Amino acid sequence: MDTMTTILQPDHATIRGVSKPAKSRAARRVHGLSDRTIAWLFVAPTIALLLAINIFPLIWMIRLSFTNLNLSMSYLPLRFVGLDNFRDILSDEDVWFRLQTTAQFVISSVALQVVVGFGLALLINRQFRGHSFWTTIILLPMMLSPAVVGNFWTLLLQPQIGPFNYLISLFTGVPPSSFSMTGQVSLAPWTIVLVDTWMWAPYVMLICLAGLRSIPDYIYEAAEVDRASAWRQFWSITLPMTVPFLMLAVLFRAIENFKMFDMVNLLTSGGPGSTTELVSISLKRAAFEKWRTGYSSALAIILFVTVFGAANIYVKTLNKVKQR
Amino acid sequence: MTAAATKSTAHSIVEASPRAKAFASGLVILYAVITILPLLWIVATAFKSQSDAIAYPPKVIFEPTLEGYVNLFTVRTRQTPDFIAKLPPPQTWYDKLVRQRDMVIAGPSKVVPRFVNSLIIGFGSTFLAVFLGTLAAYAFSRFRIPLADDLLFFILSTRMMPPVAVAIPIYLMYRQLNLTDTRLGMILLYTAVNVSLAVWLLKGFIDEIPREYEEAALVDGYTRLQALRKVVLPQAVTGIAATAIFCLIFSWNEYAFAVLLTSGEAQTMPPFIPFIIGEGGQDWPAVAAATTLFVVPIVMFTVLLRKHLLRGITFGAVRK
Repeated sequence: MDTMTTILQPDHATIRGVSKPAKSRAARRVHGLSDRTIAWLFVAPTIALLLAINIFPLIWMIRLSFTNLNLSMSYLPLRFVGLDNFRDILSDEDVWFRLQTTAQFVISSVALQVVVGFGLALLINRQFRGHSFWTTIILLPMMLSPAVVGNFWTLLLQPQIGPFNYLISLFTGVPPSSFSMTGQVSLAPWTIVLVDTWMWAPYVMLICLAGLRSIPDYIYEAAEVDRASAWRQFWSITLPMTVPFLMLAVLFRAIENFKMFDMVNLLTSGGPGSTTELVSISLKRAAFEKWRTGYSSALAIILFVTVFGAANIYVKTLNKVKQR
Repeated sequence: MTAAATKSTAHSIVEASPRAKAFASGLVILYAVITILPLLWIVATAFKSQSDAIAYPPKVIFEPTLEGYVNLFTVRTRQTPDFIAKLPPPQTWYDKLVRQRDMVIAGPSKVVPRFVNSLIIGFGSTFLAVFLGTLAAYAFSRFRIPLADDLLFFILSTRMMPPVAVAIPIYLMYRQLNLTDTRLGMILLYTAVNVSLAVWLLKGFIDEIPREYEEAALVDGYTRLQALRKVVLPQAVTGIAATAIFCLIFSWNEYAFAVLLTSGEAQTMPPFIPFIIGEGGQDWPAVAAATTLFVVPIVMFTVLLRKHLLRGITFGAVRK
């Protein structure tokens, strides 16, 4: 492209001179802006905004992570404590427990979403009548605000008055007030997985559907000619050719769920006790309730590094999918 | 596959049999109905009276009332029946409705200012993000920028950070700059989050516009900027609109930053809705009414966006 424009540049400069002689000097100066200047003028504001809102605060936070700053006790002198915060975090059993809770949530919710999402995509790909309408209905939950979703599910899951427990009791005969989906240690971790799947299985479905539709028909036709069974076709054609798309969905969901805060904060706010206290909720408590800014900055940086690593893999996968 | 063989299209062999189709359609419709039930329940709850909303067993058939909506928009005080009897007759239908519950309307609730905040912050940040994003995306698409891939990755990676972690330094910085709990502060923050999506999506859309159009315009004596305005932008209009809707939905739905960085002045709907309380806990019909009003635009936008949805949720990685 660059060579193209450099070739074009002198040409159209002369043409311009001929066709529009009345142009003012100012206009010609604008015209005279080289492509390189325009490129930088166009990219600079975005980069500047991101530097101001993301990078500068990040650097500030790195500095704070080496201090004992506590906003509820800001009368204390600011002291540099070196790597103490990081040592405290990594040797704290509670933190490891939260990370474990988060990992369990991420793995089980993403696994469930892959099963449900991929299954739905296979069914929808049969192109029955009205499939487009029903697909749109299924897609609705993922477009909603996770916080609002978490909030209204607390009504649906109320032990006594909620329709969820009532339906369960209709089918199983268990009295509806005998169990609480959000208030019971044994059930709460599954509740957040359930609501997250309700919300995000459509996401996996949509991406898988694109994967399924990218498989050219002639491959199946060839398999048909070779008399490959439907089962065989699934394992040797459908699945391998959808895997890159599935990977993309899994990575994206894993990153998003690792950061999960809004939906769970409203559904269980980490409870009962700390059964569903994901690492983001824990971070919010340390930073905005206990105001341990130094400590929570260090924890935030540990999370950054983790997500950044995952994002790296994500972008690489993304590029691979793109090349197809 | 036998029935399909009668059709003479190229798809004939891979076309599913009618039985397979019926089976698939049955399961998918069942899933769709189950998935939509929670939403329908909320829409219905908005039309329930307080007692119907918390009745056991949960009521499917009830007498609809607008109490939830009235409660959402007003602040009420409880009065004795004697006091209410002495008042002049109610002026409006909602006055009447409230008095039936031994209450008197004391004034408007905060829902309208919160809704306005959501609109201002949503549209403000969307406009900025799409504007900046279009410029940057055009540059990334058409010019050779040194380290372009690294810059693009940097732009994307800012969106990958956990919002709670980002909020810690932003909170401190905004306190210094007096931006805490201001609409401007929230607009800037949401713009920064949205601009990454905007750049990635728009780059994809602009990449798809043949360069020949612009080059022809340049040969005709247009400047770069004129070519951008008169040739590229009109071609990219659908893409820009789709990107704008995605940005708007993000700002509209965002909760973590809003709850951590605003408390009143600039509070948007998501942190407000859970705190719509009546006597003794959440006022569920009013919460449901707020949720319904909040969700309706999203449902409309989802239908509008249907064609570009896939692209939007994968940062332009998967197109159709």
